[in-house]
Amino acid sequence: MTGVVPNKSTGAGRPRASSPISGHPGAIVARQFSFWYGAKQALHEIDFAIQPRSITALIGPSGCGKSTFLRSINRLNELIPGVRREGGIELDGADVYDSSVDVVALRQRVGMVFQRWNPFPKSIYANVAYGPRINGVRDRHELDLIVETSLRRAALWEEVRDRLRESATSLSGGQQQRLCIARALANEPEVLLLDEPASALDPISTQRVEELLYELKQQLTVVIVTHNLQQAARISDNTAFFFLGRLVEAGPTDQIFTNPHEERTDAYVTGRFG
Amino acid sequence: MTEFAARDAARAGVAASAPTPARPSRSWTEIGSEIGDRVYSWSIVGFASLVPILLLTIFVAVGVAAWPALRTFGFSFVTSSDWDPVAQHFGAAPAIYGTLVSSILALIIATPLALGVAVFLSEFAPPWLRQPVAFTVDLLAAVPSVIYGVWGMYVLVPVLRTHVMPFLRDTLHLGVLPLFSGVAYGPSMFAAGLILAIMCLPYISAVTREVLAAVPRSQREAALALGATRWEVIRDAVIPYARSGIIGGIMLGLGRALGETMAVTMLIGNRHEIAASLFAPGYTMASLIANEFSEATGDLHLSALMAVGFVLLLVTFLVNAAARWLVWQTARER
Ligand SMILES: Nc1ncnc2c1ncn2[C@@H]1O[C@H](COP(=O)(O)OP(=O)(O)O)[C@@H](O)[C@H]1O
Ligand SMILES: [Mg+2]
Repeated sequence: MTGVVPNKSTGAGRPRASSPISGHPGAIVARQFSFWYGAKQALHEIDFAIQPRSITALIGPSGCGKSTFLRSINRLNELIPGVRREGGIELDGADVYDSSVDVVALRQRVGMVFQRWNPFPKSIYANVAYGPRINGVRDRHELDLIVETSLRRAALWEEVRDRLRESATSLSGGQQQRLCIARALANEPEVLLLDEPASALDPISTQRVEELLYELKQQLTVVIVTHNLQQAARISDNTAFFFLGRLVEAGPTDQIFTNPHEERTDAYVTGRFG
Repeated sequence: MTEFAARDAARAGVAASAPTPARPSRSWTEIGSEIGDRVYSWSIVGFASLVPILLLTIFVAVGVAAWPALRTFGFSFVTSSDWDPVAQHFGAAPAIYGTLVSSILALIIATPLALGVAVFLSEFAPPWLRQPVAFTVDLLAAVPSVIYGVWGMYVLVPVLRTHVMPFLRDTLHLGVLPLFSGVAYGPSMFAAGLILAIMCLPYISAVTREVLAAVPRSQREAALALGATRWEVIRDAVIPYARSGIIGGIMLGLGRALGETMAVTMLIGNRHEIAASLFAPGYTMASLIANEFSEATGDLHLSALMAVGFVLLLVTFLVNAAARWLVWQTARER
């Protein structure tokens, strides 16, 4: 991942454990992680390790805490009034909830793509350049390079190279979603979190996004929430089944789908409930 | 209905010539509701067209009454500064200038304040503080304008004359600019602009608060997830998204400032003169009409006042059109 885009001078001292000797960055480990919205407990003592440079799918019925878990990794959930958590989530061995962690820097390392594409009402270029810009990149050529690289990585460059100054909202839904992926990639994240990124897309756009994620896992950790079991089976290396705020079972996708240890997992993946 | 009956009959395989079964004709309630529908839709159309008609009659009535003065003085009516009822010569340039300058001054002062208040209330203030402060700001809009005038005369103007104006002119050395030079009159363009700023602040801030609250969560989260700080989220995601609505709010405030009469009449000094300094007295179109209408001497004087009214109408109309266009333009960029 390092070297794809020239290193930016952040000045913020972003902790980057990207030395090739110490292994790949982007390993996530949840330890006894619990989360409450007010009095309602949404996650119960989650213990879960996510492998770097792989795709991990989070599956389970609606309301079982998949989004909550995902949004706990980049600490997006802590902005909701009245929430509380216990336990921790480690990224590259350091707890993201440690008081010394700079949340802004954390969110630059952990990119996120939402169910409903949400580009800014700005140009395509400005959308992709946003992250690097607030990160201190001012140099025109550097920005141009980052924008192009990110759009290429999101498999969108060929479609938009001649219209970078046009409004992002002029793109189709599938293109807007890939633009949001490009925007997240422009920060050179170690981890990419996707919350049902394809659930509002047509089949062709969905396929493009899936292919894209498959490419991206060579370089970073991909965690995707999906309602679509076929999608989970197609693209993921590991699958985690969430039910009623608990992690019921996690393991290699093949095993989860063909030979789950838990009865509830079996019932869900074979479509007997959910 | 007979058509349907015939088709039904045909479908049923009955010869078209066969007599249609005697069905009861439409019931009274059916007819009643149909009439009700008609009356309803016609009255809607009637009420809706009432508004443009009303506007048109106002324009025409004022235009007709203004015609003698406009014909007599031609274009010099808006360029001449000579307003002399005795000599029967009327030029409204100072009033037009005063209306524009006091309103723009008001916006320059009120806009940052109102945006600050709105952003603070919707993004930073602790929840328990929001309601009371918002309520107080909204209350500013409920104060009658004559009260602002009285307060301005007895509180604002003395403070301006003895402290604020000398401070700006001498201590800050802004006196080198013509705008802040000269004698510090109390009643002045500056005082009028300030009171107008207070009066349009609640409008701008209320509208801005609404549109900020309407910015979708997904826009904030998009910026946050990219590592934006709280302030960057507001600057880059929230405000740009709300921009066209905010412009609408500012234009609403401007509309209020352009037409405001009472408080301005009490504070602007009412002098027919275009002065370079904001510290000098001036006039506005609305206060000119209010001051002279009841004691107008002769038909031409009356007509000249109507002509001032016509120009004021035109200016507010143009400002509103420009506002629409701006809102539309910025909304289209999305
Ligand atoms: N902002 C919120 N406030 C209160 N409760 C919430 C909020 N977001 C989610 N929840 C609750 O937390 C539980 C888990 O939700 P979520 O993580 O969105 O589930 P999933 O993504 O698996 O559908 C649900 O019961 C949901 O109602
Ligand atoms: Mg969800």
